[in-house]
Amino acid sequence: MADERFEPKIIAFLCNWCSYRAADLAGTARIKYKPNIRMLRVMCSGRVDPSFVLKAFALGADGVMIAGCHPGECHYLEQNYKTMRRFSMLKHTLQALGMEEDRFRLQWASAAEGTLLAGAINEMIEQVRELGPLDWSKNWSENGKIEEAIEQLVDEHAEAMEVPV
Amino acid sequence: MAERVGVYICHCGSNIAGKVDVEEVSHWAGEELDNVVVSRDYKFMCSSLGQELIEDDIKNEGLTRIVVGACSPHLHEKTFRRACSNAGLNPYLCQMASLREQVSWVTEDEALATAKSKAMISGAVERVQLHEELEPTEVPVNPHSLVVGGGIAGIQTTLELANSGNPVFLVEREPSIGGHMAQFDKTFPTLDCSACILAPNMSDVSNHPNITLLSYSEVEEVTGFVGNFHVRIRKNARHVIEEDCTGCGICIEKCPKSVIDDVFEAGIGYRKAIYRPFPQAVPKYPVIDTETCIYFEKGTCKACEKFCPTNAIDFEQKDTFIDIDVGNIILATGYDTFDSRKIPQYGYGRLANVFTSLEFERLCNAAGPTDGKIVLRDGVTTPKSVAIIHCVGSRDTRFNAHCSAVCCMSALKFGHLVIEKTGAEVHSFYTDMRPAFKDYEEFYNRLQEEGMHFTRGRVAEVTDVALQPGEEGKLIIQVEDTLIGRQRRVPVDMVILMTALEPKPDAREVGLTFGISCSMAGWFTERHPKLDPVATMTDGIFIAGACQGPKDIPASVSQGAAAAARVLGMISKGAVEIEPIVATIHEERCSGCRICNTLCPFNAIDYMEDKMVSVINQALCKGCGTCVAACPAQAISGAHFSNEQIFAEIEGLLFDVVQGNGGKPVVEEPEAVPA
Repeated sequence: MADERFEPKIIAFLCNWCSYRAADLAGTARIKYKPNIRMLRVMCSGRVDPSFVLKAFALGADGVMIAGCHPGECHYLEQNYKTMRRFSMLKHTLQALGMEEDRFRLQWASAAEGTLLAGAINEMIEQVRELGPLDWSKNWSENGKIEEAIEQLVDEHAEAMEVPV
Repeated sequence: MAERVGVYICHCGSNIAGKVDVEEVSHWAGEELDNVVVSRDYKFMCSSLGQELIEDDIKNEGLTRIVVGACSPHLHEKTFRRACSNAGLNPYLCQMASLREQVSWVTEDEALATAKSKAMISGAVERVQLHEELEPTEVPVNPHSLVVGGGIAGIQTTLELANSGNPVFLVEREPSIGGHMAQFDKTFPTLDCSACILAPNMSDVSNHPNITLLSYSEVEEVTGFVGNFHVRIRKNARHVIEEDCTGCGICIEKCPKSVIDDVFEAGIGYRKAIYRPFPQAVPKYPVIDTETCIYFEKGTCKACEKFCPTNAIDFEQKDTFIDIDVGNIILATGYDTFDSRKIPQYGYGRLANVFTSLEFERLCNAAGPTDGKIVLRDGVTTPKSVAIIHCVGSRDTRFNAHCSAVCCMSALKFGHLVIEKTGAEVHSFYTDMRPAFKDYEEFYNRLQEEGMHFTRGRVAEVTDVALQPGEEGKLIIQVEDTLIGRQRRVPVDMVILMTALEPKPDAREVGLTFGISCSMAGWFTERHPKLDPVATMTDGIFIAGACQGPKDIPASVSQGAAAAARVLGMISKGAVEIEPIVATIHEERCSGCRICNTLCPFNAIDYMEDKMVSVINQALCKGCGTCVAACPAQAISGAHFSNEQIFAEIEGLLFDVVQGNGGKPVVEEPEAVPA
């Protein structure tokens, strides 16, 4: 067996004010973490629409992290509390769908906490590595129901979007 | 028509190129990524030559989108946006990938760093193609400024602004401005009289036609945004009518109630129930402390009222509110000192002759309770030996990890004053001597020549239990002298604890009021620790002095002046550009459910009863995007962070995974919402 360790792909949404700056700081301080994480900047963790998370999983991410300012330190005063509520609802839903808890993580990291963020990233990567690939997309492809699934999603979405006159 | 994307990978010297194969990334982007027509790598993209490279390509190759893989956008996004602008491209059609902070500096393996860089460039290329042209809005800057905190930093800022001809409001919580500096006797290393150099500046503040001083007042609420803040200030009831008071001080003389002054006299002196913290107080008007005033306690007395020659006492006065409009705000709220009772083995509060540094400042101040005589707690005995313990609450992970920066020099100053005034033996117990900055080391040398004793070691205990002859009636310092590796017991008459500088206990709440953040320890966070130390993440809010971290007087004054310079820059420009990153509600999709209304902490979303839809006031919107994510009808779009842009970025970031699935995303988006 050669080195065939599973390398998970994790998508992270970082708020512009605290967590993205924590990532900047981790860089400036040369704190090493594993390269399995790919980060996106949003202005506030409150911008993270649950559909972003679902999209990342659907495209093949093995884990998703949302990082924001600590409660009480939000640049937009209190929007991370909304993130917190959305996170628990979505996490609940994902768990109901059979997704393991460790694949979806909310991490508070202030602009001063580069070390903490790097530590959290490493921890999550190892946890997800332990769980193995999620392969939402492939699983769908393999059981041949992908077309059906997409159609169903589109129908449901269109239905939800209809505004009763 | 397909966009024409230019990709630029920066070497950043060896900062990126040392870990990432930049040529490979740039070559790959040019070959593999759709719509990339130019892909280059360059030694320093942020240099003028690097910027010219982009500008020339925009003009010659007809590029419509730019991706720069370099440092964090927080560092150089503005640089590259400007380059686009110079070449006639809308600056918001540029996207950065943080290859330095997020890849080369944090990744061990070179191959993996290169792979991650490709993913990030792919994300940026996908995203940038959906960018839209945006125009920053320009708003005028109100030339009025607000300075919060009247210590030396705040005074400096106020005077700089006022002297430049601009109106300033100075708000101070205490009855007088002056801050900690007014409490000190001498300043190091020059041994200037602190009050003598501070008092002229204080009186300048009180006399300056451009300064409105609001003492005994606090900021209640801040709304608005850079250039246009609205501030509500609570002016606490002084119970003295300022317009009528002449500051003669008869009321203070006649007040029968003396109380311990915990604030200005640090608990070692008295003041009256109606008082001015100190004779040179600015403003000169006294205040009645309603907690201790006999009239407020028992309903009789009114001695002050009877003797006031101008009828300026008003027991019925209530707190008033003042609303002001300012363009910029500078916070100079200062520091507090560590409570030495938290280290019981040093005996503060239990052993009479253990003093804090602030108490000692008042003790040797000629205007202090002992008229500057250095005496023990009994008020008469002059000490024959004094111990100064450094780092009390500083450099101690149980309390504060930081070095308080000023204590070494203060300790040397105390040593000098004790030797000069009493001839006593002075022992300093230090962790490390840190007399940094101009003339400080020389002062340390001077004290060594004056005969101050220095012992390197953290004191274990201060005790009054005598074990050896000669220790009776003394305070004994138990310490390991780490330079000779031996335990020592040093009997002394007086102990001074060099207490740590700490953030104000309410710094977090104050930060929240002004929309700025604090470090874990509680100091206000600057925009950049090296290059932007007085600005904050919130435009139009600046910080100066020890509220940003421990600082001595020259450093506080420099920051105060620096903050003023930044504000003056804004005022002289007259207008400020506001990022067009705001949310917009599309009326035709809005169902009027009003979910978004309550989500906005800035009250930027209004519901229009007549049209039954919500609408966003773009001047108030700060662009967080929480409402965008919450709208169940996707009727709200967030500029520069639209769903489509973020979806595209995710897809790009996961390009390798997506390609593993046949090169296409497996779930097609439902029809995109018009932006």
